[in-house]
Amino acid sequence: MIELENDRLVFRFPEVHEDAVLRMDFQRTLRIPDDNRDYPLPPGLGSFPLGHVDDYADRAPQSWAQHGGIFFPMHQAEAMWISFDADYPMAVKVAAGKVNALTGKRWRNELSKRPQDYLVVPDQPWLDGFCVQKGMVRQFVAMPLGEGYTAEEQLTGAAEHGGLQLVVYPMKAEAYEKLQQVDMDYRVYSQPPGVSACLSLQMGLAPGGLMRQEVYEDDYGFDAWDTSVRSRCFVHILNSMQYLTVCGVQPPHMPPTAAEYTDAGLPWFEYYGGDLEALEGSKALAGLDSVVTKKWKQGAHGLAGNEPVQPELIKKLGQPRVRVREGEF
Amino acid sequence: MTLGDYLRNARERARAQDRAFSLRKVAQRVGIEPAYLSKIERGDVPPPSEATTRRIAEELGEEPDLLLAMAGKVSRDLQDIILRRPQLFAELLRQLKDAPDHAILRVVREVRDGEW
Repeated sequence: MIELENDRLVFRFPEVHEDAVLRMDFQRTLRIPDDNRDYPLPPGLGSFPLGHVDDYADRAPQSWAQHGGIFFPMHQAEAMWISFDADYPMAVKVAAGKVNALTGKRWRNELSKRPQDYLVVPDQPWLDGFCVQKGMVRQFVAMPLGEGYTAEEQLTGAAEHGGLQLVVYPMKAEAYEKLQQVDMDYRVYSQPPGVSACLSLQMGLAPGGLMRQEVYEDDYGFDAWDTSVRSRCFVHILNSMQYLTVCGVQPPHMPPTAAEYTDAGLPWFEYYGGDLEALEGSKALAGLDSVVTKKWKQGAHGLAGNEPVQPELIKKLGQPRVRVREGEF
Repeated sequence: MTLGDYLRNARERARAQDRAFSLRKVAQRVGIEPAYLSKIERGDVPPPSEATTRRIAEELGEEPDLLLAMAGKVSRDLQDIILRRPQLFAELLRQLKDAPDHAILRVVREVRDGEW
């Protein structure tokens, strides 16, 4: 079962194990420059407000009622990352516009072993973007569906789904119990958009700037996952201006630019996952145009707030992990 | 157990592991005088405000709703929820007052999965 708890998605599998709980939230963050330099991890600036689709059925797009799930607002060209918090191991598939964020392949509910199309929590505390090569992701950046920027449109040629899709599988209870016994010490601690650009109500995620982030290989083995149960959620992303119409409240303000944040002397982050091996990344995703590249190709102006920055204050995080990356802006 | 006893126990348990949980240091981080925190723990003063209770809860890693209940308070956000639909929520709470935990948990709303 999935619940919303203070703007967090909570996945529970009480039928598998009482400890089988995963909390997930969507963090506001600054958009890193999209200039083919690679950057460290940006901060978390608080969670996006999450709402039940069913509560706004009369004002939201019709397809939402069919999808079920939740929604949150994003400004055009705003970035976000996903935070995972669980002590009980879970396999999590993340897709944007039904394109897998690790492999670039079309959505399937089932887990794939090769190529590994899921991430493993708690080894993976965060996901900031599309896994384009080993140790590197392209940041999740919201763009209107239908303008050709999103990974979905670039890979499938259609602007059909948008949003994010999630499916979670818990570890088998016996594998978890064994894990507890084998090693009791092992415990991963846990520009404001122009009006003309907002014709599309729904947003999809496009690849933005390059960021140093590893997505880790499954260290538990494919057989550890209980594929007899799963929980899925469709996460719709609503244009921030339309959010006001649908919900009657203002969305969060636009985050600072990377330059504003860096100039204020605030920290960026690096994460070390210990001995864990990183996945190779997807050639299909690596071949996508980033938002700025796409804009150039379309003859459009660049992206405001895209000036290169040189982060000097970089905090190193590692195990035991910090549950939520701090943001001090 | 009173709120004061509960807070003192929680703080002293934390202090046994970490000296940063001394009365003075906790009071400093919460933004109150150590003497005031001491009086709260001894029950010599009425329970602190909701904001202070929340800061203490955060500092000690305790559930704010639990501490507020021990202080005889209902948090502002819950009051707002009830005040928006007072009759409906009053009736709901009366209906659920003697229900076992598992029955109440069934009322928790699930995020619905659909076709996609």
